[in-house]
Amino acid sequence: MIQAIAFYLFATIVVASAVMVVMARNPVHSVLWLILAFFNAAGLMVLLGAEFIAMLLVIVYVGAVAVLFLFVVMMLDIDFAAMRAGFNRNAPLGLAIAAVLLAELLLAVGVWNAGGIQLGTSDGSAAQAAGASNIEALGALLYGRYILLFEIAGIILLVAMIGAIVLTFQPPKPGARARQDVGNQIRRRPEEATVLKSPEVGQGIEL
Amino acid sequence: MIGIEHYLTVAAILFVLGVLGIFLNRKNVIVILMAVELILLAVNINLVAFSAFLNDLTGQVFAMLVLTVAAAEAAIGLAILVIYFRTHGSIAVDDINRMKG
Repeated sequence: MIQAIAFYLFATIVVASAVMVVMARNPVHSVLWLILAFFNAAGLMVLLGAEFIAMLLVIVYVGAVAVLFLFVVMMLDIDFAAMRAGFNRNAPLGLAIAAVLLAELLLAVGVWNAGGIQLGTSDGSAAQAAGASNIEALGALLYGRYILLFEIAGIILLVAMIGAIVLTFQPPKPGARARQDVGNQIRRRPEEATVLKSPEVGQGIEL
Repeated sequence: MIGIEHYLTVAAILFVLGVLGIFLNRKNVIVILMAVELILLAVNINLVAFSAFLNDLTGQVFAMLVLTVAAAEAAIGLAILVIYFRTHGSIAVDDINRMKG
């Protein structure tokens, strides 16, 4: 019972906040709704018994990706009102395609539910052992059978990191900014850096 | 009782909302990237739901791979967005036709 209530709560909020992500006028609000959607999706994952994926969702999506989006939205000076000019023009086509797609997906769920589609059954080789926690079982699988996949994921992240740095890196222009020259600083003597003047009162001085 | 169909329905609705977001915000590439994130989230919910109901953790391992790819895609997409904004001063994706693709 409590599970059903929690499911409907999380599901309702995740769908509502996804609607707001798409519809919000201000992209900053979109990002904030996206964060809410990810939090509630993490709640759904917890209900499914996948705690580790839920934590990953919160840490990776909310902690990294959403903050990245926020930074970019706030750093770029964009006229978002002009961005929404084609919003209503594209709406009928988008809604039609969305309705067709949703009908197809729900039909697929219905057909599968009625026995029209047979899923393969698990061979039990990757089942979660009784008593083992989700993270424990997932770790054994990830560092055992799927070690290659794990390393590929690492390489993907490395490539993405290098790519993002290479794309946005701007080499410093020569002479654009004063560089610190330690030798020059040490060579500097008080006699050549300071002058002593005693101006007349009301005259002012010329340096 | 909550069965797998419930989770599949939520994932289907999320997926469709992501597709709808791409159509509605054709000009705003930031919202398009967020809609892609929503689509990938729907895929993750499907993978984890099947993983839980078939009692097979492989789905969760693949959900992690999807998460990795989503993070990498967001980073690269936003980096491209930033350099495009630097050179053109706008991010209207309608006007991007330099490569005549």
